[in-house]
Amino acid sequence: MSAATPATGTALSSLRKLIQRRVSWLPVGAALLILILMFVAGQSYFGRFLTPRLLSSLLVDNAYLVVLAAGMTFVILTGGIDLSVGAVMAFTGMLAAKLLSTGVPTGVVIPLMIASGAVFGLVIGVLVNYFDVQPFIASLAGMFLARGLCFVVSLEAVQVKDTTVLGLQSTKLGTFEWYITPTGIIALLVIVVAAWVLGYTRFGRTVYAIGGNEQSARLMGLPVARTKVLVYVISGVCAGIAGLLFTAYTAAGYSLNGIGTELDTIASVVIGGTLLAGGSGYVIGSLVGVLVYGVIKVAITFLGADSSWTRITIGILLLVFVVVQRVLVARGSRR
Amino acid sequence: MRRVLKNRLLWPIGALVALVVVNAISRPSFLSITVRDGELYGSFIDILRNSAPLMLVALGMTLVIATRGIDLSVGAQMAISGAVALTIIKDSPTPNSLSTIAVAVLAGVALTLLFGLWNGFLVAVLGIQPIIATLVLMLAGRGIALLITGGFITTINSTPYAFMSQGYALGFPFAFFVSLGAIVIVSLVVRRTALGVLTESVGINPTASRLAGVRARSITWSLYGLSGLLAGFAGILYSSNIMAADANNAGINIELDAILAVVLGGTSLAGGKFTIAGTVVGVFIIQTLTSTITFLGVPPAVTPVFKALVVIIVCLSQSRRVRQWVRQLWQRLRPAADAKTTATPTQGAVA
Repeated sequence: MSAATPATGTALSSLRKLIQRRVSWLPVGAALLILILMFVAGQSYFGRFLTPRLLSSLLVDNAYLVVLAAGMTFVILTGGIDLSVGAVMAFTGMLAAKLLSTGVPTGVVIPLMIASGAVFGLVIGVLVNYFDVQPFIASLAGMFLARGLCFVVSLEAVQVKDTTVLGLQSTKLGTFEWYITPTGIIALLVIVVAAWVLGYTRFGRTVYAIGGNEQSARLMGLPVARTKVLVYVISGVCAGIAGLLFTAYTAAGYSLNGIGTELDTIASVVIGGTLLAGGSGYVIGSLVGVLVYGVIKVAITFLGADSSWTRITIGILLLVFVVVQRVLVARGSRR
Repeated sequence: MRRVLKNRLLWPIGALVALVVVNAISRPSFLSITVRDGELYGSFIDILRNSAPLMLVALGMTLVIATRGIDLSVGAQMAISGAVALTIIKDSPTPNSLSTIAVAVLAGVALTLLFGLWNGFLVAVLGIQPIIATLVLMLAGRGIALLITGGFITTINSTPYAFMSQGYALGFPFAFFVSLGAIVIVSLVVRRTALGVLTESVGINPTASRLAGVRARSITWSLYGLSGLLAGFAGILYSSNIMAADANNAGINIELDAILAVVLGGTSLAGGKFTIAGTVVGVFIIQTLTSTITFLGVPPAVTPVFKALVVIIVCLSQSRRVRQWVRQLWQRLRPAADAKTTATPTQGAVA
């Protein structure tokens, strides 16, 4: 993590040594650089851009996306993809809103949300791993299923009045300027746990090994099948948590919530430096990717430009990053 | 009988027939076709007409998938071509003249052809994964369409433009002829020239086919262009059906339907062998399924659940493990035929 944020006074040579030792952190550094450049550009262009309030809201407003991106990082690291996260998030939110409105206690509803997300992940993982269905198609089926089940739960939006859930978003801790909500804390916790799991557990290292070369991982005797199912379960669990955060954020369950979120999530993860081919990337990078996405959204609002520019900018940024990744990978394989 | 059973189209056609039978039993009016003023009306005709945009998109998707690729941007491209065409017609002083329409359609389609070629460039030249390369345009495309329409839903009044999807010719909907024309042209180009075989060779092994002298790069590149072109025409048909360019909703999720239709038709997502006829059947299955669900009184919003189940069933039926289970079950049920089945594994491996 220290490599991503080189201290201001470090000598150039030690920095170079650091970069050489931590080449895989380079894309994360690039994303961070873009984030800082966008901050600087925004500050110099708008004047009152870089306020504590904005920085706080950046995390709080995108908390659900942070959680989704953390889960997606696991899947992409194994070389897979999970298109179902947006729909699963909407479904768990919808389910929770409906259950809460019928008087089911919050203590039951929240574990149920996370469990239902996990079930979706499990189904996708089993399809991918045991039945050789392509991740793209299996998660597509999961997306269809979740989106359709939303409408089975309710065709209209269901309002959430539960104070515990709403409190996750409305409780503001900290000063008036710098604040964080419980949703933001949950998002950061997810990032910390995910980073620890990926970096320091046997399971996490297996995830990287599979993404690097599945065949080798299998020959090394690593539990490939179990791990590949588990990454989808993790992504599903994250979608369940994101459903909770999103429900707290919008105060309602609605079937059309989060359409296209899977694309935003994938874009954030890729911008954060995770290789789509798998095997290289960091959860911290995904966090930076989400923040870049958030700043673009805010900047477009500041400019008063049409919100369609958000998607165009994200598209262009995604393209740039993918091309750069491609060049890096090509150079790496030549070596 | 054996040849019939071996035919790859057996399952798709069987599914389609089953759907039609279910429909015919639950509502006898499904099968009836009435003639009014020399024009045909009925559920079948509706399916023929409404399936036209999906048919165009799915044809392009089949070829792209055959190269081991995928084109997620088709829905966004539909929105773009519709937006361009309708903006031109709206700004023109003569919205009813054929030349205006021709210019509008050509402009819309030309632009999506360019976008398709752009996708092809990313995939074939830069070597970016197809999912991500086309994801870029899928993300940005609707934004571009919104910019073209200025953020509004452009509506127009133009009789000849409306004719394209709502009009009739020779008793059949004009849109049906558009999709028929596309099917015929694509099949002729693909099967009467070497292009189809070359496409399959690229899909089966890009490196080997390149070494064998196949211009894998230009073939992949041009097929993405073709997919864009067909999506452009689909966008024109869609906008002509509702006479409005809705950048947010035109062709939404059509990429998923198209992929589903291709897979249902028996083309493997792993690339290689493809079947145009299978895709045509697949499109009809999807359209019939949609119309069935609407008829059964299920809210159209729940349609995805059924599609998801279809995807899962189809994928499972293609999976090696499930086939093995079925084979084992079959052998256990018919121990007498053991001698016969032991001879089949080599055939199974070839198939």
